[in-house]
Amino acid sequence: MTATSETAERVETGAGAADAAAAGRPSMSLAKKLGWAVAIVAVPLLVVAPHYFYPVFLMKALCFALFASAFNLLLGFGGLLSFGHAAFFGGAAYVSAHAAKVWGLPYELAVLMGAVTGFGLGLVFGAIAIRRQGIYFAMVTLALAQMVYFLALQLPFTGGEDGIQHVPRGVFLGVIDLNDNLNLYYVTLGIFLAAFWLIYRTVHSPYGRVLKAIRENEPRAISLGYDVDRFKLIAFVLSATLAGLAGGMKAIVFQLASLTDVDWHMSGEVVLMTLLGGMGTIFGPAVGAVLVVTLQNYLARIDIPVPVIIGAIFVVCVLLFRRGIVGELEALLKPRRR
Amino acid sequence: MTDGIILQTRGLTKEFRGFVAVDGVDLAVRRHSIHALIGPNGAGKTTCFNLLTKFLKPTAGRITYNGRDITGASPASISRRGLVRSFQISAVFPHMTVLENVLVALQRRSGVSFQFWRSLACLDDLHGRARDLVEAVGLSEYVGAMAGDLPYGRRRALEIATTLALDPEMMLLDEPMAGLGQEDIGRISALIRRVAANRTVLMVEHNMKVVADLSDRITVLQRGAVLTEGTYEEVSADPQVIQAYMGSGHA
Ligand SMILES: Nc1ncnc2c1ncn2[C@@H]1O[C@H](COP(=O)(O)OP(=O)(O)OP(=O)(O)O)[C@@H](O)[C@H]1O
Ligand SMILES: [Mg+2]
Repeated sequence: MTATSETAERVETGAGAADAAAAGRPSMSLAKKLGWAVAIVAVPLLVVAPHYFYPVFLMKALCFALFASAFNLLLGFGGLLSFGHAAFFGGAAYVSAHAAKVWGLPYELAVLMGAVTGFGLGLVFGAIAIRRQGIYFAMVTLALAQMVYFLALQLPFTGGEDGIQHVPRGVFLGVIDLNDNLNLYYVTLGIFLAAFWLIYRTVHSPYGRVLKAIRENEPRAISLGYDVDRFKLIAFVLSATLAGLAGGMKAIVFQLASLTDVDWHMSGEVVLMTLLGGMGTIFGPAVGAVLVVTLQNYLARIDIPVPVIIGAIFVVCVLLFRRGIVGELEALLKPRRR
Repeated sequence: MTDGIILQTRGLTKEFRGFVAVDGVDLAVRRHSIHALIGPNGAGKTTCFNLLTKFLKPTAGRITYNGRDITGASPASISRRGLVRSFQISAVFPHMTVLENVLVALQRRSGVSFQFWRSLACLDDLHGRARDLVEAVGLSEYVGAMAGDLPYGRRRALEIATTLALDPEMMLLDEPMAGLGQEDIGRISALIRRVAANRTVLMVEHNMKVVADLSDRITVLQRGAVLTEGTYEEVSADPQVIQAYMGSGHA
């Protein structure tokens, strides 16, 4: 009751909806409404999608969408550019593949091992890199990721140039046979949605608000008494863990972990997906990932070098819409300010 | 001896690659006073603030706050002990609303700031207090506006509201009036006087009228060293001070 009358009153003074939203009043902000609208449309589409598209392709898109969203948590919401995320994605892919194939762990534990790998590597990388600023941060993460690449090449269990092949998909929770593509798709979708929700929750949590403040004005956040390095480290580890989760799922879907997954190209690709879709937006990185994966799929059939085309598209996008696809859409929909 | 003294420095010194920006400063700020730190441009006032709040490490010297040595503390921990600074260049969170700027400070004490799995709704009970603070600095009509869109004077008021949200024991204000119009200066002066009633304020300020109006005690800094200290009457009559300001082009 009070909320409505108060809102009405403020509309007259011109402060209107933004005010109500900022104050956390029942009336939702435009961004939030749009977010729900997208979710309500997208989830049913994702559920019926495998009847129209090839499930393995869809699962690949989901894994990369999660990878990019995890990366965006760090870049878009934490303001930290990592150039070593392939280490989490690929390192996890190896561990999950090994766990499923050699240790014979069931799907859920193998994938969990991937997330744990991301967590562990993230903790180590983060502890070393978090105090560096800007380009130095990116360089340290890249250097550490190259060490992981080297390990993947040299360690006995990774299979060198061949990688780990013929990884069994197994049975989910002892009942669902994952050799059926459709079953694996729905399990992958479920994990994806849960992880995506966690990212959304993190961004809109008390922690997320402090993280945003740090990105906006770090010295001021320090002067308010926040230990900014700890907040950044949490963002880094969360991002690495979810990247690991994505890598583990990907290894099971393709029944393969290989050097491609830990290669620095992979770190570059996730940057590209995120920027293309719109960094700092909730849905952008997922959109960017789907776009890149789709392009890779189509372009693989014709005889043009894929990186060249993707690079060209990237350049065009950066020139035409700097905020990324979703970022530009949001800017269009945002009401003009007073 | 240090009974009424909340903040004290001994031989505080900062060198930047051989250049001495702060040179053996002994400063003592009395509890519940407004203390001004003045001096020509480049005298080392901001550097002093950075040392006091640990944004810079002193080359030499000690700092005690409430009788405790804080020379080796971290900047965030200084703030949590009740010594909160503002910045010479206005420091707001530009893409957050006025209310959110205050909320992010208020939530520091809530103990949930690391909880990334909870909804912001768990902090809804802070909104009332946040609105009160926004109102106290005269920003009620801007409560939902982006901080970066505020006129400069309003941004400085928001900074004070954000600082007050921490309920600090002592505030360090670096040129709170810089870049403000006459009307804003009057408003912010009154605000500082009001909030200083049960706090200590150490402030750097170039506007002499404001310094004269507000401060109980004044320390004059020149080329990093303390030139003199006293009340406004004592300091303004000091030939050395007049000389220092004339020399640097201030009236
Ligand atoms: N990080 C730094 N590296 C090198 N020199 C510095 C640094 N910070 C400050 N200085 C120098 O130290 C001296 C004191 O600077 P400071 O900013 O403390 O002066 P100030 O009294 O605050 O001046 P103003 O009134 O202009 O704000 C200046 O000569 C400045 O150039
Ligand atoms: Mg200064």
